[in-house]
Amino acid sequence: MAEVVTLNTRSATAGTATKLAAGPRGKKPRPMLSPRNIMIYGALLFAAAYYLLPLYVMVVTSLKGMPEIRLGNIFSPPVEITFEPWAKAWASACTGLNCDGLSRGFWNSVRITIPSTIVSIAIASINGYALANWRFKGADLFFTILIVGAFIPYQVMIYPIVIVLREMGLYGSLTGLIIVHTIFGMPILTLLFRNYFTSLPEELFKAARVDGAGFWTIYFKIMLPMSLPIFVVAMILQVTGIWNDFLFGVVFTRPEYYPMTVQLNNIVNSVQGVKEYNVNMAATILTGAVPLIVYFVSGRLFVRGIAAGAVKG
Amino acid sequence: MKTNSVSVRDLSLSFGAVTVLETLNLDVKDGEFLVLLGSSGCGKSTLLNCIAGLLDVSEGQIFIKDKNVTWEEPKDRGIGMVFQSYALYPQMTVEGNLSFGLKVAKLPQTEIDKRVARAAEILQIQPLLKRKPSELSGGQRQRVAIGRALVRDVDVFLFDEPLSNLDAKLRSELRVEIKRLHQSLKNTMIYVTHDQIEALTLADRIAVMKSGVIQQLADPMTIYNMPENLFVAGFIGSPSMNFFRGEIKDKGGRKVVEINGVDFAMDAYPARGPLEAGRKVVLGVRPEHVKVDEPGAEIHDAVVDIEEPMGADNLLWLKLAGQTISVRIPGARRYAPGTAVKLSFDMSMASVFDATTENRI
Amino acid sequence: MTGQVNTGRPNQLLRNLHSKIASIPMILTAVVIFLGGTLWTVFYSFTNSKLLPRLSFVGLDQYERLWAAPRWLISIQNLAIYGVFSLIFSLVIGFLLAALMDQKIRFENTFRTIFLYPFALSFIVTGLVWQWILNPEFGIQSVVRSLGWTTFSFDPLYTPSIVIYGILIAALWQGTGLVMCLMLAGLRGIDEDIWKAARVDGIPMWKTYLFIIIPMMRAVFITTLVIIASGIVRVYDLVVAQTSGGPGISSEVPAKYVYDYMFQAQNLGQGFAASTMMLITVAIIIVPWAYLEFGGRKRG
Repeated sequence: MAEVVTLNTRSATAGTATKLAAGPRGKKPRPMLSPRNIMIYGALLFAAAYYLLPLYVMVVTSLKGMPEIRLGNIFSPPVEITFEPWAKAWASACTGLNCDGLSRGFWNSVRITIPSTIVSIAIASINGYALANWRFKGADLFFTILIVGAFIPYQVMIYPIVIVLREMGLYGSLTGLIIVHTIFGMPILTLLFRNYFTSLPEELFKAARVDGAGFWTIYFKIMLPMSLPIFVVAMILQVTGIWNDFLFGVVFTRPEYYPMTVQLNNIVNSVQGVKEYNVNMAATILTGAVPLIVYFVSGRLFVRGIAAGAVKG
Repeated sequence: MKTNSVSVRDLSLSFGAVTVLETLNLDVKDGEFLVLLGSSGCGKSTLLNCIAGLLDVSEGQIFIKDKNVTWEEPKDRGIGMVFQSYALYPQMTVEGNLSFGLKVAKLPQTEIDKRVARAAEILQIQPLLKRKPSELSGGQRQRVAIGRALVRDVDVFLFDEPLSNLDAKLRSELRVEIKRLHQSLKNTMIYVTHDQIEALTLADRIAVMKSGVIQQLADPMTIYNMPENLFVAGFIGSPSMNFFRGEIKDKGGRKVVEINGVDFAMDAYPARGPLEAGRKVVLGVRPEHVKVDEPGAEIHDAVVDIEEPMGADNLLWLKLAGQTISVRIPGARRYAPGTAVKLSFDMSMASVFDATTENRI
Repeated sequence: MTGQVNTGRPNQLLRNLHSKIASIPMILTAVVIFLGGTLWTVFYSFTNSKLLPRLSFVGLDQYERLWAAPRWLISIQNLAIYGVFSLIFSLVIGFLLAALMDQKIRFENTFRTIFLYPFALSFIVTGLVWQWILNPEFGIQSVVRSLGWTTFSFDPLYTPSIVIYGILIAALWQGTGLVMCLMLAGLRGIDEDIWKAARVDGIPMWKTYLFIIIPMMRAVFITTLVIIASGIVRVYDLVVAQTSGGPGISSEVPAKYVYDYMFQAQNLGQGFAASTMMLITVAIIIVPWAYLEFGGRKRG
C-alpha cells in the first residue's frame, strides 16, 4: 500500500487518484480513441481520401451519361449507371480519322510489352550474372557507364538511336521499340540482377565450377532456379514501366503501332468534336488497368521492385 | 619414397595493389593430410582457391600429380572441394547434388548411380537421398557436401573451413569422421581452418600462415613444441604461451635470461647455436611447463592473482618478475588468490626467440 | 619445371570468353548508345542541323538562340518552380506519411497500398485525371461554387500564371507514395534502441525525429533527392497530357521543348542544344552527389 500512497501524493493534482489507487498492473491499456491515435488515424485517413479521390472520380465519371455530367458535380455518384462510355472507349472512340477505340492501342501495348519485358530481362539477367560471377577486365567500367547513363535524360540519346535504328531499317517498327525498351531498361535491371546474384553465396558458384559446370550451365541450372523472386520483381518493373511509357512510343513507332498511352492521349486531347468526359475517363481507367492490376496482385514485390528500380525516376 | 601430390611453385597473387600471397612454395605429399592454419585474412583460403582453380594466380605455377594445372579449369584438376557454407544447390535433392557434377561430365547413368550409392554408403546418408538441403541439419548438409567431393573420385580433397558453421558438439563429431575418412580413403587432403584444435588433431603436417607467407610447415607436435618464430608460438596453444622479454647474460659461466632482475637458467634449453651474452630475447614457456610447489632445479617466488578452475585443469594467473603468467595445473589442486607459491620452469620445453628477428634461437 | 614460367598461360582475350560474349549487349549499350549517343548529341548541338543532322558548324549560335527564345526561358522557369516545390513537398509529405505509418498502426498494408497505387499509373493517366478534376466547368471549382461560394476561383490549368502548380498537384499525387516508401524503409532501418534511448532520456517524439532520426537518415534523404531530381528534369508526359504546354506556352518544360524541336519543328540543332542543356542540369545535380557518395568512400 505504501507504494500506492506515494504515487498518490505525487500526482494528486493530476486528479487521477482513483485510477492510481488500483496501481498500474499488467498490460498498459491503450484505448483506441486516445488523442494520439485520433490524430494519427485522422491524418492517415485524410491522406488516403486525397489519394483515392482521383480513382473515385474516374470511376464515377466513366459510369455517368454526358447529360448527367453536365448537370451534376464530378464527385456525386452516378444516378443512372451506364457502361456505354466503356464500350465506346474500347471500340469506337476516335483519334483523328481512326474510330476504332482504344482496343488497337491495347493490343499494340501487349505486343510491345511482352517481348520487351522478356528480351530486356533475359539480357539484363545475363549481364548481371556475368558482372556478379564472371568479372572480366573492364567489365566494371562498362557497368559504370551504364549506371551513369541511367541518369542522362532520354532526350539526349533519342536522336542518335533514331539514326541507328533507321540505318538498321527498324525505325518505326515494333522491333525497334523493343530494342529501345531493352536499352533503357538495361541499367536498372542489370543493377538489380547484379546485386541479387552478388548476394547469393559465392561458394555455391565455386562448388558448381568444381563440379565442372560452365557459364551457361551455372546460369540455367543453378542461378535461374534460385532467382525466381527477383525475376518476378523485374517483370513487375518492366511490365508497368513499358506499359506506362509514352515518349518512346511517340518517337519510335508509326501511328499504327502507337501504344495505348499515346492513343489515350490522342483520344482525350483531340481538339475535334465534342468532349465526351465519360468516354475519356473510361479510356483512362482502361489504360491504367493493366499496371494497377499488376500492382494490386503483386503487393509487396512491387514495393521491392520500385525500391530497387527507383533510380529509373 | 612418396611423390608429391600437390606442388605450389613461387605462387603470387595480388588484387590491384594488395598482395595476398607472395612467392609461396608448398609441397603436399601423396596421401598426406595438410592443414593450412591461420587467422582470417592470412591468405589460407586464397591459397586453397588458387589450388582449386577458382582464382587466377598472378605469378607462379601449380602442379597436381606432376601435371601443370596453373591454367586448367577446376573440373580438370582432379580435385573435390568442401565449403564452409556447404554450398549445396538448394533446388536439387541430395541425390541431385551428388550427381550434378557427374551429369555435367556426361558420365553414363549406371556409373553415376554406382558412385552416388558408394558415397552415400560411406557417409551413411542413404536415407537422405531424396530430401532437399533445406530439410537437412547442419551436420547432414556437410556430409552431403563431403559426398559431392567423394563422388568425383579424385585424388585431392580440398576443405575450406568445413566445420566452422557447425556447433561445438557436431564439430568434434565430424572432425573424427573426416579423420576416419582420410584413414580409409588415403587421399591427399588440404584443409583450411582457423581452429588450432582441428589443425592439431587432423593434420599430418600443419602450415601456419600469416600475411600470405607460410611461417612454419611441420608436424603438429613440432609446431606445438618447437615453434619456429614468435608468431607461431603465440598463435598455437590456449591459453597462449607466456612470453618474457629479457636479455641473455653470462653469470658465472652459466647462461641465464634476465627478466626484470630475475634470472632464468638456460642450462636445459636445447639451443640451436651459442647463446651470446647481451642478446635481447623473448623467452616463451607454455602454461603446462611450469610447476607449482614442486621440487625443481630453480625456484621462483610468485603470488596467485586469479584462479580459473576448468574441471580437468586449473588455470592460475600469477605475478612473477613484474609480469602476469598463466600456469596450468591439475584440476584437483586449488589455490586461493593471494597465496604465495614456488614456481619452477621446465626449460627443456621452453622456446627462446630473438627479440628483433622474432625467430627461434 | 624449370625455365619457362606460366607455361600454358592462355590468351587473356579468350579467358572468360562466354562472359564477354554475354556482355556484348551491355557493352554496346554503354559505349555506343549512352556514351556515343550523348557525345554525338553534344557534338551536333554546335551545328545548324535542320531536318537532318549535318556538319555545318555555327559555334554557339544554337545556344544563343536558345537563351533568347521566350519559350525556352519559360520552360526553364517552369522547371525551376516545379523542381523546387516538388522537391520540398514530396520530401515533407513523404516523410510525414512515413512517420505516421511508422507508429505501429493497424492496416499498414492497406494504407501503403492506397498511397502507392498512383505510382503504378502512367503520367498520361495521371495528367488526364487531374485535367478532369481541375476542369473549371465541372471540377473542383464548379463543385465549390455550387455549394454556394460563387466567387470561388480555382482554375490553374487555364490560368497562365499558376498553371505549373496545377501540374505540380498531379505530380505530387503520383510520386509521393514512392517517397513515403523510401522514407519508411529508412525509418525501419534505424536501430530500435535509438528510440528506446530517446524515450529513457525523455526526449519528445518530434524532437527525436528532428534532431536524431532525420540526421541519421541522411543517406536515404540524399538518394531520394537524387531520384526526385532526376525525375523532375525529365518531366514531359505529364505536361503533354495535362495541358499540352498551354495555355499558350505557359506550361512548357525543357523536355517538351527538345521533343518539339527535334520531331515537330524540324530544327534539330535547337533540339540538340536544348537537350545538352538538360544534360548539364542533370550533371550539376548528379556530379556532386556521385562525388560525395563514391569519391568520399574511396578515401574513407
